[in-house]
Amino acid sequence: MQLFPRSLNKLPLVAAAVLGLLGPAVVGGVWYYVTPKNFQVGYAPTQPVPYSHKLHAGQMGMDCRYCHANVEKSAHAMIPPTQTCMGCHSLVKTESGRLTPVRESWASGEPLEWVKVHKLPDHAYFNHSAHVSAGVGCVSCHGRIDQMEVVRQDKPLSMGWCLECHRDPKPNLRPKDQVTNMEWRPEMAKNWTPPEVHPPQHCSGCHR
Amino acid sequence: MSSHNLPIKELGEVSLVAEGTTFKSITETVAVVTETKAPRGWWIGFLIAVNFTGILGAAIGYLIWTGIGVWGNNSPVYWAWDITNFVWWIGIGHAGTLISAVLFLFRQKWRTAINRFAEAMTIFAVICALIFPGIHVGRIWYAYYMPPLPNSMALWPNFKSPLLWDVFAVSTYFTVSLLFWYVGLIPDLATFRDRAKTKVRRLVYGALALGWRSSNRHWQHYERAYLLLAGLSTPLVLSVHSVVSFDFATSVIPGWHTTIFPPYFVAGAIFSGFAMVMTLMLITRAVYGMKSLVTQKHLELMNKIILLTGSLVGYAYAMEFFIAYYSGNDFERHVFIHNRASGPFAWAYWIMVSCNVISPQLYWSKKLRNNIAVSFVVSILVNIGMWFERFVIIVTSLFHDFLPSSWGYFRPTLIDIFIYFGTLGLFFTLFLLFIRWIPMIAIAEVKATLPEADPHWDPSHASHDDAHGHDEDAHEEPAAQPAE
Repeated sequence: MQLFPRSLNKLPLVAAAVLGLLGPAVVGGVWYYVTPKNFQVGYAPTQPVPYSHKLHAGQMGMDCRYCHANVEKSAHAMIPPTQTCMGCHSLVKTESGRLTPVRESWASGEPLEWVKVHKLPDHAYFNHSAHVSAGVGCVSCHGRIDQMEVVRQDKPLSMGWCLECHRDPKPNLRPKDQVTNMEWRPEMAKNWTPPEVHPPQHCSGCHR
Repeated sequence: MSSHNLPIKELGEVSLVAEGTTFKSITETVAVVTETKAPRGWWIGFLIAVNFTGILGAAIGYLIWTGIGVWGNNSPVYWAWDITNFVWWIGIGHAGTLISAVLFLFRQKWRTAINRFAEAMTIFAVICALIFPGIHVGRIWYAYYMPPLPNSMALWPNFKSPLLWDVFAVSTYFTVSLLFWYVGLIPDLATFRDRAKTKVRRLVYGALALGWRSSNRHWQHYERAYLLLAGLSTPLVLSVHSVVSFDFATSVIPGWHTTIFPPYFVAGAIFSGFAMVMTLMLITRAVYGMKSLVTQKHLELMNKIILLTGSLVGYAYAMEFFIAYYSGNDFERHVFIHNRASGPFAWAYWIMVSCNVISPQLYWSKKLRNNIAVSFVVSILVNIGMWFERFVIIVTSLFHDFLPSSWGYFRPTLIDIFIYFGTLGLFFTLFLLFIRWIPMIAIAEVKATLPEADPHWDPSHASHDDAHGHDEDAHEEPAAQPAE
């Protein structure tokens, strides 16, 4: 007795074709999209003050360390207090409406609540001073901050991305006086040889 | 000319099926189980099993919600019932693979009556086993860390670890067993399709039978595929439990760090598997009137394997003691003498020895190995004993660490107990569903063992004429029968 239509004989072929396309599509889709490259990069929250890194660090050429002062000594790159802003803005642009929250904070003593952009999970230990004093440039992890109107995350900050450099750090090293230079390129220091550094690759290097 | 399948009376051979069994009666006996209403006993068994499965689900839900602290595992006994149950279930599966693959390659035709049954048992046992590695990680949403998947953490499992080999061994085992089972089922599913009275049955069995028409070409492809899968499965009988034993043997814990483990575990696996097949077979055969297909001869042969593997396991136990003594290592001696044969877990050790070593020795007597009640009791005892074997190996090697300051004891919690008995519930639920919907005996294969299945069969020499029943079911020709 004929139970199924004759056209069903094509089912194995159709199934093979569909699975042959769908399988790689799913794998490729997960590979590309379900990663920090897709989920994390581009995160650019609105800050309480429309502060422009492009203006300050880029056009005016301020050094990163003017505001993030402790980055060479401390595990955390500090977010500047209102007082740092007012060091200039008590004299410059004192009437600017965009700076109202800063002046209010200055008057009340309530700190500004900046939104953290580069987040690492609690179980990952990260020390800015170790990286900066080894000669890793700011730009290596943060991208061209000096060209960002609003700071956005530029790198995935995934474990695989960390390990890429921990396994082969030399391409990201530079002379220590060039750490904050956003435009430094290896050709600019031809006679300089990167130091031998041995970043940890074992689990407890970062998961302490 | 007479048939190759006729038993040689002068050698004491007997027919593989009872006298008077015909092609038609085989189909009828097997198919009628799924075509009539389930007996009351099936429903009672099913309700009990489903309830236990529910308990399993609830206990696992609670474990995932709360964490694996709900188990009794704690310092220094970090492995306990979870891995005991895992090894026990995986071991039980091995009889199915041995019967379906190894006995097939060795042309042991008596396997045909029990192979379907044993293969189903393998698959369900592996499903039960797979629950444990899944839930023991605690954070079950990270269970995907077990296989080596490329990921943005650049993180891989340790390829030097037998726990990863386990992932490969068990997943390969499950896949190959499932394929083997399904390929073997196709001709029988086609028989069910052809007998179906309702449209739904016809379509479901029709779809599952993959258009099987029992043509000569179909049989040729089928036999080739079956042979290849048997060849693929055969090394798995040895490799899977060897790898499981490496979980212990590659560590440096006294009581685990021994080279005897792989063969010892494989023998134990086959031992427990045959015991489980025996338990299930005795019940099913009595309930569904399959005594003409699964004869006393089959039971006796299985009991012989139980005697052989039980003695191998007993030898391994003795050898462990000898090596502990002969090594002169204080820690090894301590484990065997003070942690196993005596000490707080001596009760578990001696349950293991009585069930696994002593009880199968009854089978030296032909009378006892042909006694149904003895077979049933021993099969249960062996299952208990083999569970205790894994418990003894795991817990008694851990509860006394090297320093007396880290000596402890293990007590299971209620959740441990719920999960273990819950997996028994899951196993029996799947098994009862299998009995209800799938041909539980390989119809085509059993037919091939009848004298009539021989191409040179001459009915004029036959003691009983069953050619009539054969003609009626021309589409159900067995493997050895070429298309005419």
